[in-house]
Amino acid sequence: MKFGIMVNEGPFNHQASDSAYQFAKAAIAKGHQVMRVFFYYDGVNNANRLSEPQSDDRNLVKLWGEMAKTHKVDLVVCVAAALRRGIKDELLAEGFHISGLGQLTEIGIAADRLLVFGD
Amino acid sequence: MLHTVNKSPFERNALDSCLRLAAPGSAILLIEDGVYAALKGTAQTAKVEAAAETHEVYVLGPDLKARGIEESRIIGGVKIVDYGGFVDLAVAKGTVNSWL
Amino acid sequence: MSEEPVFDTQGVVRKFMFVNRKAPYGTIYALEILESVLISAAFEQDISVAFLDDGVFQIKKGHDPKDLGMKNFSPTYRALGGYDIEKLYVEKESMEARGLGPDDFVVKVQVVPAAELSKLMAEQDVLITG
Repeated sequence: MKFGIMVNEGPFNHQASDSAYQFAKAAIAKGHQVMRVFFYYDGVNNANRLSEPQSDDRNLVKLWGEMAKTHKVDLVVCVAAALRRGIKDELLAEGFHISGLGQLTEIGIAADRLLVFGD
Repeated sequence: MLHTVNKSPFERNALDSCLRLAAPGSAILLIEDGVYAALKGTAQTAKVEAAAETHEVYVLGPDLKARGIEESRIIGGVKIVDYGGFVDLAVAKGTVNSWL
Repeated sequence: MSEEPVFDTQGVVRKFMFVNRKAPYGTIYALEILESVLISAAFEQDISVAFLDDGVFQIKKGHDPKDLGMKNFSPTYRALGGYDIEKLYVEKESMEARGLGPDDFVVKVQVVPAAELSKLMAEQDVLITG
């Protein structure tokens, strides 16, 4: 099955990004496809390459990037939400790209299921 | 349909709204702080027990474990699933609604 | 930057419902979900918007956040019709619980009881909550 995922919170204040990542990992492990993760609201902070969690903590920015590379997951950061929050191309971690809000509607059409994780 | 609830019922109304709008027979999965709704012996227990009569109610095991909630404390009619089970529910139940 | 894949969406019409459950101004959710509603109109899908819980306050008449220094996005709800987004639902129970009536809204909506909104939700292919 093809999944789309929407992440509405940043990687630290709320568990939403972790839940989304764990869901995506489990879906891929079961042989499903995660077509795209769309980062909206403060979720755009998942793409910040300057984020430096403590060394004994998980690093979601990196984990997303690795998932994108290994499993061809499209990591889209919403341009409107990103610009507001100062997330620009030069700040993006590997695997992420900035695109329009239309990418959310598009994945809603193309995927069999769209799951939203947020607060 | 699959409904996910990620808020503690002691703090927010997400569970109440979900129960008001989730059609009978649909599945409800408690995740994140929503897992506190699955506890026996709380002010919310009767509501969740009643919901389990008309809906399939699930709770995410990794979120219980993280919060130190033993399986023995979970309401009888509530089934525990892992992330793989979450994926299976999303596949089997159709459209997913997140009660954020 | 990575390549952007293009997914085939030609000729597919799905039922989308945007579910608004949060009050405006206190958090940004109401404003940003409205932006996503507007963009979705370009895809010629079957779009509806539901207001329930504190989401009913999003379309309360008379918003004036000038003193907060914030943008008043209230007029945008009235513009939705111009984008052919005309299925706007308010859950009756949420509305009444908050002391509001059908005349309190800035835009024409259908007030539906929970049981009916429940059915409408169950018909959707995609539910977007913000």
